[in-house]
This record gives sequence, C-alpha cells and structure tokens, in this order.
Amino acid sequence: MRGLLKTLLANRKAAIGAAIVALFILVALAAPLVAPFDINQRVASPHEAPSAEHVMGATRMGRDVLSQTIHGTQTSLIVGFAAGLLVTVLGTAIGVTAGYFGGKVDEVLNLFTNISLVIPNLPLMLVLAAFIGQTGPFVIALIIGLTSWGWGARVTRAQTLSLRQRDYILAAEMLGEPAWRIITFELLPNLISIIGFNFIGSVLYSVITEATMEFLGLGDPMVVSWGTMLYHAQSTSALQVGAWWEMAAPCLALVIFGSGLSLINFAVDEIANPRLRTLRVPAKVLAALTNPTSNQGGRA
Amino acid sequence: MAFLLRRVGFYVAAFIVAATFNFLIPRLMPGNPVDIMFAQAGGTLPPEALAALKETFGFIDQPWPAQFVTYLKSVFTWDLGLSVKFHPLTVNEVLLRALPWTLMLVLTSSLIAFAIGSLAGILAAWRRGGSFDSIGAPIALMMQAMPPLVTSLLALFLFAIYWPVFPTGYAYEPEIDPGFTLEFFCSIFKHAFLPIVTMALAQVGGYLITMRNSMINLLGEDYIVLGTAKGLSDSRLRMAYAARNALLPTVTSFAMTLGASFGGALVTEVVFNYPGLGYTLFQGITARDYPLIQGQLLIMTLAMLTANFIADVLYVALDPRLRKG
Repeated sequence: MRGLLKTLLANRKAAIGAAIVALFILVALAAPLVAPFDINQRVASPHEAPSAEHVMGATRMGRDVLSQTIHGTQTSLIVGFAAGLLVTVLGTAIGVTAGYFGGKVDEVLNLFTNISLVIPNLPLMLVLAAFIGQTGPFVIALIIGLTSWGWGARVTRAQTLSLRQRDYILAAEMLGEPAWRIITFELLPNLISIIGFNFIGSVLYSVITEATMEFLGLGDPMVVSWGTMLYHAQSTSALQVGAWWEMAAPCLALVIFGSGLSLINFAVDEIANPRLRTLRVPAKVLAALTNPTSNQGGRA
Repeated sequence: MAFLLRRVGFYVAAFIVAATFNFLIPRLMPGNPVDIMFAQAGGTLPPEALAALKETFGFIDQPWPAQFVTYLKSVFTWDLGLSVKFHPLTVNEVLLRALPWTLMLVLTSSLIAFAIGSLAGILAAWRRGGSFDSIGAPIALMMQAMPPLVTSLLALFLFAIYWPVFPTGYAYEPEIDPGFTLEFFCSIFKHAFLPIVTMALAQVGGYLITMRNSMINLLGEDYIVLGTAKGLSDSRLRMAYAARNALLPTVTSFAMTLGASFGGALVTEVVFNYPGLGYTLFQGITARDYPLIQGQLLIMTLAMLTANFIADVLYVALDPRLRKG
C-alpha cells in the first residue's frame, strides 16, 4: 500500500491532482477558521462587486461569496466522498459477486446492472428527491449512491470474469479455499486499480450531481453548498443583473476540484497499466469514456 | 431478428422496472402516500379530477398487487394522470407540448457532436502522437470533466448577457406567430443556438475519444496492412477500411450518450429558460407536481430505450455477424 502511494506521488499528474484535492480537503476541514466572514451575517451591500475586502463579491443578501464557497466546500466534499464510497462499494460488491459466482447469480445481477444503466439516472434521482421532500446533503448522497452503481458494477464484473480464469484463482479453488477468502485475498487486490478509478470517478460524478440537483431546487436551501449557492444565485437572477461573481465562485470550485480528481485518475491508470505510459491518454480512461455512462459527467 | 426480439424483451422489462419505481416510491415514504402525492393537488384540482388521478396511480381500495396492475394498466395505455401545476392539462399534454423542443435540442446537438467528434477522432488516430492528437485528446478529456451546468452558465453569461448576441429565454420571440415563415425559423434558430452548442460541447469530447480509441485498435489489423501493401490511397484506407469498422463502438456510445444528453438537456434548459421537458420539469419540481415528475421519468426512460433500440438496429445493419444470431 505504501509502495503504491509512493509510485502514485512520483507521477507528476497524480501529484498535482492530489495537491488540488488535498487543498480542498484542508479548506473543508478548516472552513470556520479560513472563511473571512460569518456566512449568516449581512456583511456587505447587496451584490457588491469583488474588492480587496470581499474577494469574490457578495450575494443579493449581502453575504460574502468567498466565505460561502469555503463553507460550501465542506458540504460538497462530504456528499461527494460519501456518495462516491457508496457507489464504489455497491458497484464492486455486485460486480465481483456476478463475475466470480457466474451462472444464475451472474444472470440476475447482470440483468439488474443493465436495467440500471438504461433507466436515466438524473430523472430517477429527481423523482426520489421530490418525494422525500426536504433533501439534506446526506439524503442526496444516499440517493446518488443507490442509483449510480451500474457503471462500476459492469466494469468490475468484466475484469473479474477475466481474472477468474487465471491459474492462481484455480489453484486457490483446488486447495479448497472458501469463496470469501479467494475474493478478499486473491481477487480484490488485483482489482484495486479499477476500484480506485471507480471511486475517484464516482466522487467527481457525485459532486457534480449534487450541485445539479440542488441547482434544480431539490436540495435544502438552508444548507450552504456549491449547489445551493448556484440555486440562490439563479433564483435571484444574479447573472441577469450582472453579479456574475455569485455564480463564478461555486463554478470555479467545481471545475478546479473536478480537474484535480481527473488528474489523479489519469495517473492511477498509467500506473496500473505500464504499457500505457508512452501514450498521452490512458486507455482505461478511454474505455471509461467510450461508455458514456461512465463517471465523467456522462451519467446524467 | 432473434437478437432484436431479445433486446425488445429487455427494454420492456426495463420500462416496467421504471414504472415500478414510480409505483413504489410514494408508497415506501413515511406517511400516507395519497397525502404525499396529492397534497398540492387538493387546492387546485376539483374533487372528481382528484379521484380520477388517484385511480390512475392505483390508489384504489384493494391490496398492493391489484393496485400495481391498475397502475401498470394506466402506464401502458399512456395515461399519466393530470398535471397539478398546469391544471386543466394532463401530464401527457404538458409533456408532449415540451417534448419537441427537447428532441430538437438533443438530436441536433448529438448529431453535431457525433459528426465533429468522430471526424476529429479519425484524424487524431491516423496521426497518433502528432500535434493534432496531442492537443485534441487531452482537451477532449478535460471537456468531459466540465459539468454541463458550468458550461451552460458560462455560455449564458458571455453570449447572452455580457455580449447580448443571443436571447436569454424562450424558444422563439413571443410576438412572432408560429408558422412556416422564414422569420419564425430564424427566431427558433437564434434561441436554440446557445443551448445546442453547449450540449454539443459536452458530448464532442466523448465521441473523439471513442473513435480515436477504436481506430487505433483497428489500424494494427492485417487487412489494413494488406490495404497499404496493395497501394490504396490514404483517404480510402482511412474512411472505407478503418473508420467503417471503427464506427461500431461509436454507435453504442451514440445511444447511451443520447439518453444521457436528455439528462443534460434538463440543466441546459433551466439555465436558458428554454420551454422543453427540463424546464417544464423544473416548474413541476417547484410546484411539487408529483404526477408530472413521475411522468417525466417514464418519458425519459422511453427516450433512452428508443435510442438504445435504434442503436441495436444500426448495429445489426453495420455488423453482419449479428444478422444470423
């Protein structure tokens, strides 16, 4: 594990990506300390333009946009990581089970995976969120996690199917190792790059999806996150009155954090597949993008 | 034929699963499902309309299985109930009024993205590692990481507000009478331009990468080497030999992207106040118009399944091996 981290950080793309993500995590952790203003206080005039005092300007309600973005980082990252983790755990569990046990189990699980891939995600999440009513960040994370595991399950299953034929798996079976042991000690370590790739992609997807759902008015408007900031900016016509900074700050945060995660993912792939290092674009990223239900934005 | 029939069976199953979600979700929520679904409806709908609405969604005095059959019957006869927000209209009418605009955005942007992306992918693969490839491929990847929400907002601000070249809302100017006039079509074009461009931008990178990937795999095949040895022209090899076969994965990708871009259209339409399905849905969400929100899941699923079926048919046409199976 330590060796893996070392190789990862030796890669320039991964190092830059990890630095970006680490910075965001730090900001999220230290939000109350680094935010220059109280987000619940009116500290500026309505829609005040960016200045030395208010670097990102102020909202219609006179709240400091930079402080809101910093506090919003907390919510957006928690949702992103929680939902990403749920997506990965579900996708890996379903994919490995289907791929390892095969037969009827595989048929049933694969059918469900394929169905979950053709039912459009965003509309389904909107139905769920609408009925739950006041959807706080945790509910949103749960909704994303439960509906978005299809792609991960499909990729993990495919890889498990190919690993299953390897000699070391057959050897372990002949030795009479129980299935859970073969899965945890023989299969999962060899799936680590796919699982990692899936996790990072899912975090990115979850952060974007949370922002989208909140922007569409399905979040809890009292919570401060990048999505609710965009929602409030949209409902007070911030762009139309020229207060672009109210939208720019959360958008920038989304794009920069997203690029950081993408960079890590490119690197994970290069390291996992040494043959690809000479190529400029890693093949698993290609494969992921070939399937537009992949993590990078396509799963809308 | 057997292949296509099997696919149709799968799509029917997927559609029933989507309908089952609609059936179960209100019933699994804490509290009385009827109250949840029709809380808003009570104020706006007359009692007899409310009764009809309950009947449509299977809220009848019978056990769950019978309720489910009633609901499935409504769904398969495409009776989606009454809209609460747009009262005298049914959900069906509301959705059908909005659907053409969304279809226009989705189809135009997907075709543009498909054409540009695939062509660029062919060129990038042909000179792999060349200057076009080494600039194009990373840009395509970065574009994939851009949330459609951000690109839409950026385009709206830059080209409709800061430089007001394009309008900020509606599908055409309200003072123009719809009809087969040049003025009307120009107005539609002007209003659809930014949404289409932002939606195409979100997809073009994916097609570039798919096509490039699939071309690179094929360029190492023996029949390409033979073609070169025979002295075929580069352009013939590229288009008629390599690209012809490299197109197959792109077709699947086209179907999936088409479905996904219906989701993307939701966001883009809200940003541009464009009167398609997404914007209608946004209004439905704000008014907690549950029948409408449920109806859009079904119509989006149907759109996704249709796109997949078209891809299956194309696949059969493009890949002779499937015609026998």
